[in-house]
Amino acid sequence: MKSLQKNPFIFSNLNNIKSISRLKNYFKGDDIFKLVNALFASSIFLLLGLMVYELIKGSWLSIQTFGLNFIVGTKWDPAVSKVFGALPLILGTLVTSTIALLIGIPISLGVGLALSEYLPKKIGFIVSFFVELLAAVPSVIYGLWGIFVLIPFLRHHVYPYLQIVFGFIPLFSGTIYGGGVLTGGIVLAIMIIPTVSAVMRDLFSIVPISQREAIIALGATKWETTKIVISYARSGVIGAVILGLGRAVGETMAITMVIGNKFQIWPSSLFDAWYTMAAIIANELLEATYDLYISALINIGLILLFVTLIINILARLIVWRTLKLTRGIARE
Amino acid sequence: MKTIYRIAILIAIIAITITSAFAYKHLTIKQTITLNGAGATFPFPLIDKWAAEYHKIKPNIQINYQGIGSGGGIQQHIEKTIHFAASDAPLTEAQAEKAPNTLHIPITIGGVVLIYNLPGISKGIRFTGEILADIYLGKITRWNDEKLTAINPGISLPDKPIIVVHRSDGSGTTFIWTSYLSDVSLEWKETVGRGTSVNWPTGLGGKGNDGVTALVQQTPYSIGYVEFTYAKKNNLTYGYVQNAAGEFIEPSIESFAKAAEYAAVTLPKGDESWSKVSIVDSLANNTQAYGAYPIVSFSYIFVYKELNVLPNMDKATAKALVDFLWWAVHDGQNYAVDLYYVPLPSSVVTHNEETIHLITFNGQQIRR
Repeated sequence: MKSLQKNPFIFSNLNNIKSISRLKNYFKGDDIFKLVNALFASSIFLLLGLMVYELIKGSWLSIQTFGLNFIVGTKWDPAVSKVFGALPLILGTLVTSTIALLIGIPISLGVGLALSEYLPKKIGFIVSFFVELLAAVPSVIYGLWGIFVLIPFLRHHVYPYLQIVFGFIPLFSGTIYGGGVLTGGIVLAIMIIPTVSAVMRDLFSIVPISQREAIIALGATKWETTKIVISYARSGVIGAVILGLGRAVGETMAITMVIGNKFQIWPSSLFDAWYTMAAIIANELLEATYDLYISALINIGLILLFVTLIINILARLIVWRTLKLTRGIARE
Repeated sequence: MKTIYRIAILIAIIAITITSAFAYKHLTIKQTITLNGAGATFPFPLIDKWAAEYHKIKPNIQINYQGIGSGGGIQQHIEKTIHFAASDAPLTEAQAEKAPNTLHIPITIGGVVLIYNLPGISKGIRFTGEILADIYLGKITRWNDEKLTAINPGISLPDKPIIVVHRSDGSGTTFIWTSYLSDVSLEWKETVGRGTSVNWPTGLGGKGNDGVTALVQQTPYSIGYVEFTYAKKNNLTYGYVQNAAGEFIEPSIESFAKAAEYAAVTLPKGDESWSKVSIVDSLANNTQAYGAYPIVSFSYIFVYKELNVLPNMDKATAKALVDFLWWAVHDGQNYAVDLYYVPLPSSVVTHNEETIHLITFNGQQIRR
C-alpha cells in the first residue's frame, strides 16, 4: 500500500467508484513496468556474467597449458616455441597508465578547480562544454593525431631538449624514435583529462556553501579556501584519479598507434617502445592462426577485464562514499 | 473536415509505403542473389572492384566481401557461414582437416617490398637475403656496415644506426616476409620462425601498412616492409633484393609475374593439399629463376568442392558463385594493374580453370 499513499492522483479519487477499475489498471501497468525494468536491470548482470564465462571458456586452453606461468612469463613467441607470457604487457599497461596519471591529474585538478571556484559561470559553462567535447573524440582520432602531429613535434622540439637537460638520468637516455612509453603516456593523459576533470568539478561544487562561508568569515584568502575545498573532497579526488586509471588501462587504439609495440620486459628509457595488453589483442587477434594462440590472447582479455573491474569498483566506491558524506553534511 | 482529410492522406501514404515495400521485397527475393565472402584485407580493394564491376554485368548478383583478416575469413569458412573466403596463405594441415574438400584458387599476386628513409638517397639500394635477416635479427646495426657497402658501390651509406620497423598487427604481409627470412637464414628459422606475427628480436611495431609507412617516413635512417600496392600508391622509396639466381631485382608487376610463373610449374591440383605451396619457398633455391623477385605470394579464394555442404545453398546461388569465380580469374584480372595488383600468368589461369571445373552441387558439375 505504500505506493498507493505516495500517489496523490489515486488517493484523491478513492471515493469514486469509476476510479476503482482505473485503480486496477494502474496496478497492472505498474507491475508490468516494474517487471520490465527489473528485467532490463538484471540483464546487466547477465551480460557481465556471460562475458566472464566466455572469456574463461575461451582462455581455458591457455590456462591449462601455462597456468600461473602465463602471468609471470616474459616470452611471447607465436611462431617457433609457441610460448606465451603476459608480464611485459601487464607492466607496460600499468606503467603507461601511471605516466598518464602523473601528467593528467594535475591538469585535471586545475581544470576542475577553475570550473568550480575561479571562472565566472558563463565562461565556466563554455569551458565545460569543450572539456566534455574532448571526451567524445574517438580514440582512433587521438591515435592518428598522435602519429602525424604529436610524434613529429615531440621528436623535433621536445625530446632532444629533455635529453640535453636530463640526459644524465638513464630514464632520458637512448635513441629517440618519437613514439614510445612517454608519448603513449602523454596521449593517454590527454584522453583521461575530460573524464577526470568533469568528476572533480562536480566534487568541488558540492562542497557546502556554509563551509566556504565559514572559512571566508575566518579571514581566509581565496587560495586558503581552495585548499580547504580540496581537502574536503579529498577521498573523492582519489576516486576520480582511479577512474582515470581505469580508462587509461583499457585504452586500445590510440595507445597501439603511438607506443611502438615492442614486446620487452622493461624499456631502456622513456623514449623506448613498449607494449600494452589491450594493444596486443587489437593487433594480433584477427590473424591468430591456431587455437592456443587465440586462447592466449583471450587470456590477456580476461586479465585486462579483472584489472579494469577492480580499478573501477574501487573508484566508484570511493567517489560514492564522498558524495554521500558531503551531501549528508550539506543537508544538515 | 480537416482531420478527416489528414487521416485519409495518412492512410494513403501508409498503404502506398506498405504495398511498395512488399512489392520491392517480392521482386528482390525472386531475383537478387547475394554472395557473401570474408577474409584477407590485402585483396580487399580488388575484390571490392570486382563486386562493383560484376554487378554492372549481372545486376541481379550482389557480392558482399568483408576484409576482416585471413584468420577470421578461414574461421568463417570452417563454420560454413560464408560462400567464399580469401586468404594470403594456403590452409594449414590443421585448418584443412576442419574444412575438408576445400579448393584453393589463386586470384592475384602480392609482393613485399623494403622501404627505407635515407635522406638524399633514392630508390634502388641493394639487399641480399642474408643482410636483410641480419638487419632484422639486430646483427647489422649501422647503414655503413661492410656487407651493405660492398654490394652498393657508388652509394655513400651514412654512418647511422638502422632503425628497424615491422608490422605490429598479425598480417599476411608479415607471413610472407618471415617466410622469406626463414628461407634465407637458418638462424632466423630457428629463433624467430615464420608466422602472421612473430617474436621480433628488434625494432618498432607499426599498425598496418599505413602505420609502418608513417613510422618509416617520419624516422630518418629507418627501414620497413610493406605490400607493393601500398608502396606504389604512396610513392615510397624501395630497395632491390637479390634472388637465388644472384640478380638484384626491382620489385615490379613484371618481376612478380615472373616469380609466379616459376612457381606455377609445380602447383598441386585444386583439391589437393596446398599447405606447402609458397612462391617464396619455391624460389629460395631456384638458381635458374632469372628476373623473378623473391618475396612474392599468391592470394587465394577458398570454396568448398561440393557446395551443398553450405546451409541455404541452392542451384542458382551455386551457379552464380562459380560464374563469378570464372569471371574473376579471367576478365577480372584486367582490373588488377590499375590497382597495382599483379594479374595471374596464363599458366595459373589454366590451372584455375581446372579447379573451377571440380566444383559440384549435389554431385553435379556446375560449369562444364
